[in-house]
Amino acid sequence: MSDNRISVAKTYKLYVDGKFPRSESGRTYPVTDSKGTFLANAAHASRKDVRDAVVAARKAFDGWSGATAYNRGQVLYRVAEMMEGRREQFAAEVAASEGLPSRKAQSVVDAAVDRWVWYAGWTDKIATVLGAANPVAGPYFSFTVPEPTGVVGVLAPQESSLLGLVSVVAPVLATGCTAVVVSSADRPLPAVTLSEVLATSDVPAGVVNVLTGRAGELGPWLASHGDVNAIDPTGAGPVGRVEIAREAAGTVKRVLAVPEDEPDWTRRPDIARLRRYLEPKTVWHPMGV
Amino acid sequence: MATPTLPAELSDATSDERSLRRFLHGLPGVDQVGVEQRAAGLGTRSIKKGSKLQAIDTAISMVDLTTLEGADTHGKVRALAAKARRPDPERPDTPRVAAVCVYPDLVATAVEALVGTGIGVASVATAFPSGRSSREVKLADVALAVRSGATEVDMVIDRGAFLEGRYGQVFDEIQAVKAACGDAHLKVILETGELATYDNVRRASWLALLAGGDFIKTSTGKVSPAATLPVTHVMLQAVRDWYTTTGELRGVKPAGGIRTTKDAIRYLVAVHEVAGPDWLTPSLFRFGASSLLNDLLLQRRTQLDGHYSGPDYVTVD
Repeated sequence: MSDNRISVAKTYKLYVDGKFPRSESGRTYPVTDSKGTFLANAAHASRKDVRDAVVAARKAFDGWSGATAYNRGQVLYRVAEMMEGRREQFAAEVAASEGLPSRKAQSVVDAAVDRWVWYAGWTDKIATVLGAANPVAGPYFSFTVPEPTGVVGVLAPQESSLLGLVSVVAPVLATGCTAVVVSSADRPLPAVTLSEVLATSDVPAGVVNVLTGRAGELGPWLASHGDVNAIDPTGAGPVGRVEIAREAAGTVKRVLAVPEDEPDWTRRPDIARLRRYLEPKTVWHPMGV
Repeated sequence: MATPTLPAELSDATSDERSLRRFLHGLPGVDQVGVEQRAAGLGTRSIKKGSKLQAIDTAISMVDLTTLEGADTHGKVRALAAKARRPDPERPDTPRVAAVCVYPDLVATAVEALVGTGIGVASVATAFPSGRSSREVKLADVALAVRSGATEVDMVIDRGAFLEGRYGQVFDEIQAVKAACGDAHLKVILETGELATYDNVRRASWLALLAGGDFIKTSTGKVSPAATLPVTHVMLQAVRDWYTTTGELRGVKPAGGIRTTKDAIRYLVAVHEVAGPDWLTPSLFRFGASSLLNDLLLQRRTQLDGHYSGPDYVTVD
């Protein structure tokens, strides 16, 4: 291959309902690396893409939440396997987007794959940890089981383009919820590659929908949407989060409480995120009937 | 067989079976590519904001809220009637639907639940959906519906006879049903999904109009493809031509497969462009649908509230 070959500049698309459509608006925006060099064009999602993505996520919810926890775990492991297979590509994109040296980028990718595996392991354990057989003073069996809340809007972290993304998306899927994800605006390429990974894993269409665009533009539409049950405002920034919370109030959504600044994503998480996307259901069953 | 009020060329057509065949086969053929292109072209028209809200309200007022399942119960019909009276209880300004459409044995329940509301009760009849039974059974079916208080009767034509070319039999049957309907409006279901060609749709439309059908309806909803835009175009052309020939206004009802507000608005555009604005009224255009109403209500809320709504906010039916 000659050195003066012109590389193929890509124009990436969205990931909605298992397909890769262009933005309904037809908009794209250039993505640059940390030094300002052009990398690729990304689709610039609009509110109607949000609408379509929510419809897709709702359609996928029954199947995904109804799948056995074991099956969900297997599917999520498969995603981790596929990510492992694209390790070099992820590392290159993380290095370019976040301006990390390649060795550091490698370790970020490894941490992201491990994070995915960690959450995959929780699918069939979380019900035992958060559920309970309640001791009650009456002739009843009373037990509590956690159930997935529904469609979750995720505004992914703006800084950590892969590890942060995985850390906010994997818990949504592990609980059995479906997700509409707005990726980091300036660093969307790892999210695009992750959607290619999801499309070729066994994740059913619509379970994850990835929109590239501005959290400030799309977040309020997700927050006010009547068919979204929870929202993670991580990527909205301190000012945006206030608006998200206000917009979400009309439909009484779960709004995740997130720290002011992006946390250190390399730290091992706890099950707080899983807990937030689960609703406890308590059943009273008469004894001796 | 002749209908006295028709212009000469039309009453001649109905004088005997041979003239009827000659007339129907003499109708100009449908340009398949043209009608499909025009339907697709009109489908791209963008209707937004105030116009969209008005289109949604118009569409709601044109819905024949339908339940035609083997599992229908009196309770389900009463629930449907309640929804027809107040489609969106949180917004009392939402227009009522045009009619409720049920099987004949459930008409009495629907009539009781809708008394005094002005909402029609439509009943399918004549061995719906296949139409495969004797004339006596079909007429008894119609009589049951009319006796129970149906204000509209949706009959199916004998597609077998039509496809065999026995137009006279189909014609007589529609006339007999029309006579049995009394004051009730008659909608003639052509079941276009089984007619195979647009030419047949045009012939069946004219046949139904000649025989006295007040409405021509695309489908039973039990056969796929059900209503499509091009088929509705052909039928709208038929009622428009009927109007220019006779001065009488007849209606069209697409049914089956119309589930979204976008679809409904495309049909309204077609009505306006093909037949004319006169047809944009529930007395001349209807949607036969069950799930369409919920989507119309959701889109109406989206327009009014300024944010997207979800299926949790409307009834499950």
